[in-house]
Amino acid sequence: MSDPVTALNHLSSGDGIAHIAEIGPLGMITLRGDLRARAIQAAAISIGRVEFPEMRHCNSAGENGIAWMSPDELLVMCPYAEVGEALTKMNTTLAGQHALAVNVSDARAVFQVTGPYLREVLAKLAPVDLDPGVFTPGMFRRTRLAQVPAAFWMRDDQTAQIICFRSVAKYVFDLLCMAAQPGSEVNHF
Amino acid sequence: MSTRLATGGRLLNKSKPLGFTFNGKQMRGYEGDTLASALLANDQMLVGRSFKYHRPRGIVAAGPEEPNALMNLGAEGRFEPNARATTTELFEGLEANSQNHWPSLEFDVGAINKHLSRFLPAGFYYKMFMYPRSFWKHVYEPFIRKSAGLGKAPKARDEDTYEHFYAFCDVLVVGGGVAGLQAAKTAGQTGARVIVMEQSEHWGGRALVDGGTVVDDGPVDKFVEQIFSELEAMDNVQLRSRCMGAGVYDHGYALGYERLSDHKPGRDGPRHRLWRVRASHVITATGALERPLSFAGNDIPGVMLAAAVRDYAVNFGVSVGDRTVVVTNNDNAYLTAISLKHAGLDVPAIIDARVLSQDSAQVAQAKALGIRVMMGHAIASVKGTKRVTGVEICAQAGEGAVLEEISCDAVAMSGGWSPVVHLWSHCGGKLRWDAVNACFSPDPDNPPKGVDGMGFVTPAGAASGVFALDDVLNDAHAAAEGVMTTLGLRLPKDSAAPVAEHRGDAPMAPVWMMPQGANVKLREKAWLDYQNDVKVSDVRLAAQEGFVSVEHAKRYTTLGMATDQGKLSNINGLATLAGALDTDIPNVGTTTFRPPYHPISMAAIAGEAKGHVFQPIRRTPMHDWHNNNGAEWEPVGAWRRPYAYPKPGESTHNAVMREVTNTREKLGLLDASTLGKLIVKGPDAGRFLDMMYTNMMSTLKIGKCRYGLMCSENGFLIDDGVVARIDADTWLCHTTTGGAENIHGHMEEWLQTEWWDWNVYVANVTEQYAQVAVVGPNARKALEKLGGMDVSREALGFMEWADGDLGGFKCRVYRISFSGELSYEIAVDAAQGQAFWDALMVAGNDLGVMPYGTEALHILRAEKGFIMIGDETDGTVIPQDLGLHWAISKKKEDFLGKRAQERSHMTDPARWKLVGLETTDGSTLPDGAYAVATGTNANGQRNVQGRVTSSYHSPTLGKGIAMGLVLNGPDRMGEVITFPGTDGKDYDARIVDPVFYDKEGEKQNV
Repeated sequence: MSDPVTALNHLSSGDGIAHIAEIGPLGMITLRGDLRARAIQAAAISIGRVEFPEMRHCNSAGENGIAWMSPDELLVMCPYAEVGEALTKMNTTLAGQHALAVNVSDARAVFQVTGPYLREVLAKLAPVDLDPGVFTPGMFRRTRLAQVPAAFWMRDDQTAQIICFRSVAKYVFDLLCMAAQPGSEVNHF
Repeated sequence: MSTRLATGGRLLNKSKPLGFTFNGKQMRGYEGDTLASALLANDQMLVGRSFKYHRPRGIVAAGPEEPNALMNLGAEGRFEPNARATTTELFEGLEANSQNHWPSLEFDVGAINKHLSRFLPAGFYYKMFMYPRSFWKHVYEPFIRKSAGLGKAPKARDEDTYEHFYAFCDVLVVGGGVAGLQAAKTAGQTGARVIVMEQSEHWGGRALVDGGTVVDDGPVDKFVEQIFSELEAMDNVQLRSRCMGAGVYDHGYALGYERLSDHKPGRDGPRHRLWRVRASHVITATGALERPLSFAGNDIPGVMLAAAVRDYAVNFGVSVGDRTVVVTNNDNAYLTAISLKHAGLDVPAIIDARVLSQDSAQVAQAKALGIRVMMGHAIASVKGTKRVTGVEICAQAGEGAVLEEISCDAVAMSGGWSPVVHLWSHCGGKLRWDAVNACFSPDPDNPPKGVDGMGFVTPAGAASGVFALDDVLNDAHAAAEGVMTTLGLRLPKDSAAPVAEHRGDAPMAPVWMMPQGANVKLREKAWLDYQNDVKVSDVRLAAQEGFVSVEHAKRYTTLGMATDQGKLSNINGLATLAGALDTDIPNVGTTTFRPPYHPISMAAIAGEAKGHVFQPIRRTPMHDWHNNNGAEWEPVGAWRRPYAYPKPGESTHNAVMREVTNTREKLGLLDASTLGKLIVKGPDAGRFLDMMYTNMMSTLKIGKCRYGLMCSENGFLIDDGVVARIDADTWLCHTTTGGAENIHGHMEEWLQTEWWDWNVYVANVTEQYAQVAVVGPNARKALEKLGGMDVSREALGFMEWADGDLGGFKCRVYRISFSGELSYEIAVDAAQGQAFWDALMVAGNDLGVMPYGTEALHILRAEKGFIMIGDETDGTVIPQDLGLHWAISKKKEDFLGKRAQERSHMTDPARWKLVGLETTDGSTLPDGAYAVATGTNANGQRNVQGRVTSSYHSPTLGKGIAMGLVLNGPDRMGEVITFPGTDGKDYDARIVDPVFYDKEGEKQNV
């Protein structure tokens, strides 16, 4: 194996009203199952190492975390190198349970948008209410950025993490740079 | 002449002069000017020509309702046609050019049309251009195209950027006049999220020109200052100026059009921002528009709306003329006379169509200033051509006998005010006729309704049909209070409308023609629509010719169909129509109000989607390698795939031929990463896949692969691909490149809506893997050179898969072939894709490795007679048409499409069937060509008996090969049929077996 290569090789831009950077690779596992089942929750928590998230939330700590994706789907995050082991462990926990755990680490690209205007950058591309009183750190949205699907949450007040499909990483990076172009502050939030 | 006054101009910064050009002529204005006010300050009243008669046109209004002053603005990458001078803020270096004139604004050849006006009546286009038919294309259309057309189309690429912004609020207030500000304050006091949009740069609206007194604050400008600073201090209230509420749509969706750099071109950031707002409630505080009066010569430059004359004097310190005659049917226009008088200008007379029994305050004030007020009078006709020189006065009650002539250089007219009901109406709000103010206003009982059946738009202030300052403030407060109650929010106890002093205006009187008995000669010179040259006589003619519906009359006469969308002409036009039909105005009704309120830029609608982010392009992990190695790209879905890799100096065709031959003889690599990969898992997965595919997937053994067909419930073939059984509960389904998302959605739909109780999960893992097809006689050698897992025939047979390791790469190897050659498709993690490809290129170096593109892929599969979704299928083809009976299970009780395929049309033996086609001379059949049969059909066209679905030159066979669907094709082997090409040649082709190469399939099985 050679060193894993992310879609954009950690391309970044800090020219505009927010800093945009591709990060990763990150370990990501799609886990589908009955989210109320204890085995599912246990499998997710054992790898994600955070509390089980509420609907439309993402709990994260460092490279670990769990994002609520749909009523029967989670995205479980862990360090990239640990995914293989994590899947084995999960499948052991899930034995006898109807569930699907699958590695999607390489199917995604991950970005971080940082800075005081990150809410505005996102609000230019996603039909999401990003008002600080409505969308708070830890909340998670599966939505779109302009013409492609994407999901994001805020790790803290100044940091948003975005997940999109790997094949459109360049498009998403270019979009974010456009939305963060100098002089484009909305001063709405 | 129009000129700059020594005093006045509350919006100007006179310490900041600005230079600009109009039709190449240098002019000067001040910061704070609009282009229109600056033109007037430079005595440039003539700004364009009308559409049909090329009549001289002057500035009429001071806001977005302006019909005439449309400009070509800027140059090159910042050129924009049809910009309104009245809404264009002046900046240093602005370049404006007038439109629709030839050869010059002052001397226009098209003006001859006005002498032909009796030959250009309403419906002229329909009457004239119908016959003879051929004249339309060769005579009329070229003529009209040359003489019509307002602005020029831009030629250069737009230099600016644009963006959208999604915003959410409890209350969206459209309009930043006193009503909007008051509504925002009342709403904001509850803590609700409020956004206020004001189309202009300035807050406070008309009240700052028209004046008034608010009891607690004093003059209305102090009130505006006060309330604005209160709103600015509220964190929950957002104030956006230069942002027009453009449209209101279902579910509280509204569009705002913010112009960020129109007044400072080249500034950093986007030029326009389109606000896409979700509001729980919309308050339309959009004010009102003044109506012109219909009298002969009301289109001569120098005739303006009374309020506009006042705006230019008060806001911009511009006098439209030294001597201004005011003509009106209401008290409001007296403000114009009074403000002109205060500015030291002459007002020879106020011509008032009304006869008041007693002077109102306004009338008394005008008289006290020494202005001659002529009650019960009208303008019979305006004198002048390119500029007003005087007016002829007559009695309003009469037919136009001239009583006297007054010389003047401007006319300020006011026919009353119409509330701006556009945004109220966009989503279905109904109107009612207000007989007192002679206008349509929102009917509070019939608002646009949301999902809960409740109104979600509320008008406030003049937009709801109240015009006096005290009424406006009361109405705005009450409107917002009502809205907050429906939203369940409480106002503070002390919240109340500010009290304004009442100004006792006398009622207006509706006047739709001046004088009321005007003869046809006068009616022919009384304009309703300035831009499209529609006159009172045209609307009456339309009525006479039977156009009783207002929507028909509008289209017949083109009334209100110009870029101002009838903001000035609408009510006057339909009142005229009502008069001609002898009915009441409410019976005629209005035409439909559609968004946007005022034209917005196309680029704002497109938002960020231009240039390099016009459209997402999907890239595989090896995209850059392909690009660096000369790939010519083919779009496949949103992906870009290499079509071929021509070498320097090599033609694309030759490259394709080389790639095919090299793959057949040595070793080819194909980037197959784009193929869809869906994991289907669960105790019911086998049963589910048996429903999805026509063939049996539940019986597939672990470690094996099977080619499968997928049909829609109507039986038509929608996708195909190889399915691999991973473990007892898990299958991996390959789909076509374009089908991955659709088939994923198709599976989810059936699982979620029909078989919701089946235990199956699906995941789309397409992009997790980089997949490389290693194809050709040397394929195994290359993999063995990489080293690792056993890929021998014995260890990994045809249609088997295995997990393992090759050259240190963790991989899954499928022994499948879409080319007929020995072939392995190898999936590695996408993050390893490029490295793995590089390793294969090195390993294959002395084995003759070359990458091949999609065209070679197509030829390789066509030589083997493999079908391609999208070539052999087009949504009307079933597997049986393609001879794929072997892939349709007879054992299964059901699968999607089974029942449909049993319908009589699907089992009709006359359905065209797949065959191979070989031209008799070795040439290549034109793709898509039809085979002709004897005789003609009911339409006199030649009968057909088949068509080409795929056609290529095969380098392997050295001749053209094709597949096609042919009537009774499989029974007609050896028969020659004829395909006429679009090049005029006939192509004779023999019907043959579709498998041209290696019929026994030995090569893929080595």
